[in-house]
Amino acid sequence: MNKKLATLALGAVMAAGPVMADLVFPSLSYRTGPYAAGGIPFADGYADYFTLLNERDGGIGGVPARVLECETGYNTEKGVECYESTKGEGALVYQPLSTGITYQLIPKVTADGIPLHTMGYGRTSAANGKVFSHVFNYPANYWNGASGAINYLLDSNGGDLSGKKIALVYHNSAYGKEPIRTLETLAEKHGYDLTLLPVDHPGQEQKSQWLQIRREKPDFVIMWGWGVMNQVAVQEAANIRFPMENFIGVWWSGAEFDVQPAGEKATGYKALTFTGLGDDYPVYEDLQKYVVDSGKAAGAGDQLGTVQYNRGLYAAMLAAEAVKTAQEMHGTADIDASMMRDGMEALEITNAKMEALGMAGFGPEFSVSCDNHGGPGLVGVVQWDAAAGTWNPVQDFKPTDVEVINALIEEDSAAYAAENNISQRCE
Amino acid sequence: MPEQLVFAMEVILNGLMAGVLYALVALGFVLIYKASGIFNYAQGVMALFAAMTLVGIMKGQVPFAHLINAIFGTHIHYFGWNVPALVAIILTMAVMVLLAWAVQRFVMRHLVGQEPIILFMATIGLAYFLEGVADLMWGSEIKTLDVGLPQGINLWIDETTFNIFDYGFFIDNLDIVATVIAALLVAALVAFSQYTKQGRAMRAVADDHQAALSVGISLNFIWIMVWSVAGFVALVAGIMWGTKSGVQFSLSLIALKALPVLMLGGFTSIPGAIVGGLIIGVGEKLFEFALGPALGGATENWFAYVLALIFLVFRPQGLFGEKIIERV
Repeated sequence: MNKKLATLALGAVMAAGPVMADLVFPSLSYRTGPYAAGGIPFADGYADYFTLLNERDGGIGGVPARVLECETGYNTEKGVECYESTKGEGALVYQPLSTGITYQLIPKVTADGIPLHTMGYGRTSAANGKVFSHVFNYPANYWNGASGAINYLLDSNGGDLSGKKIALVYHNSAYGKEPIRTLETLAEKHGYDLTLLPVDHPGQEQKSQWLQIRREKPDFVIMWGWGVMNQVAVQEAANIRFPMENFIGVWWSGAEFDVQPAGEKATGYKALTFTGLGDDYPVYEDLQKYVVDSGKAAGAGDQLGTVQYNRGLYAAMLAAEAVKTAQEMHGTADIDASMMRDGMEALEITNAKMEALGMAGFGPEFSVSCDNHGGPGLVGVVQWDAAAGTWNPVQDFKPTDVEVINALIEEDSAAYAAENNISQRCE
Repeated sequence: MPEQLVFAMEVILNGLMAGVLYALVALGFVLIYKASGIFNYAQGVMALFAAMTLVGIMKGQVPFAHLINAIFGTHIHYFGWNVPALVAIILTMAVMVLLAWAVQRFVMRHLVGQEPIILFMATIGLAYFLEGVADLMWGSEIKTLDVGLPQGINLWIDETTFNIFDYGFFIDNLDIVATVIAALLVAALVAFSQYTKQGRAMRAVADDHQAALSVGISLNFIWIMVWSVAGFVALVAGIMWGTKSGVQFSLSLIALKALPVLMLGGFTSIPGAIVGGLIIGVGEKLFEFALGPALGGATENWFAYVLALIFLVFRPQGLFGEKIIERV
């Protein structure tokens, strides 16, 4: 009843109020450079969802959404420049799709009062809302990913990994190094041996790493790659005839273009995920009708249902739902960044809500709170079928080892708070 | 034989193969530098452009489709046919010749007689322009390239070495093909520059532009020819690297692998590019094998440059570069 009244009140305010500004969503995209293959479909999915809301619903709460795209080339300096040049446009939330840019933006967004959403990337300990007031990384973070991979291996090995050898092939960057701590802690807990194999940017040459894998014969390989590193790693794994079903990539190593260059030999490769697969969701019918067929798609309209497009779409949906929450909380459709932050902190994604959006099962149920900006950290596993050209689910969204992860988050965020003289909130 | 020694032998063999792939990229730099004194920053992007054009032609992709569709409101992306690999390679080569002509006509011709640094800066501009054109022409998505080259472990080597050492060596079939092609390419280039009229003219231009002009050699023709040959080398490098990783924009970064090779082998020697590539390939792989784990891994990128710098201390012109003689 209260919700209905609030919606009615909101509608009345909107009808009687002055002309409102757009809801601005900067998209720090990368459509050029070595990481463009992943950046383009994500940016397209992000833009297309807001176009859908504008075309079908007249915006969010009656206010049109405006995507402000700025090309970063996956370059941290350019990302910061993009932030500085767009924040004055009334930006509601930033999603840079880059861990490097995220690290630079954390102090800036906090000072400027603009929320930052780093879905499945960025600084993992930002899940601690008590320290990171303006940073959110729901519904899952890197440490959930690391734990999700280990949990999957535990499940498929009768719950016992003691004595097993696991190799981590990772992008030698802030991003690639994120899971190391978690995997090391989990190695102590579960008794497996962990071998670390860094690959330098961009990752076109990985012969040494895969020769080492061939010599040492790990039971499983986990990959934390991005860009060309993924395609080369899958190809090299196939070349040395490493069993693909024992090779698991993080969600940023699990797109179609990561496996297609290896052809049939990539069949069996697995990847983690926190989003749904394919385009068998009602929302795609609307996207086709209101966005693609009307010629308003951000790209050629041929990426719908692909992994990275779905991620961009999901990120936009979460932002739009946070806007709705903020509008209801503050009784106005014309929200600012501060209200957006409140909306993100009170965000609740239920199955009923997802079904109403035409995205039932596309992502897990979760809620965000003052102290938990990371969500539940549920992780799914998918497997590539080269003949069909599709990813197939092999594990639904399942919980990760929050006991280990939360302790690490507490430790890391406490260190950050001490370094930056931040008083903890949510008391 | 000790296990570590057997592993080291496998690493050396793979290093040699990797070195050949580096040398393929370095060759393009050497050709242009040798003929015109220009360090062509755009060589890596030329490899990208050539590979993208090849895939585009093979798959019957409409060039500039996004631009055409945006202007005319159409939705065309493919012609609806596939072109056989060999025909596509020939057509791509024609595009690279056209590119060479355009570079000469619109960039280099206007910069004759300028300082080397100006020419170098021009090639930086060319690299970014070409990358943008490639993006606009063929799109940014990763493309699978299959011209029929074999890939994966060579089973004969695997079995033979297993019978000898009780450990089968891994050698990629693609690397073996690359080695054969590189050997043929170098032999052809050396024969061309030594025994053909155009090759000798190219060397004359490299020695002295003014003197070459005075005996009737067309500078324009020679430079178009050199950029075309460099385009062909870029196409070969693009095919090899593109087959490994798919054709994508990071392909242009393979130029980074060629720099230490050039420093070591010299900017003016075709055999130097090959020997430099082999030394860098073996050196970086052996270092990673022996000391990488103790140093945290991923040593190859920086060690290649360290190795090149060590050589530079003793031979600033590189192993095969022309001796630097300063007269005062």
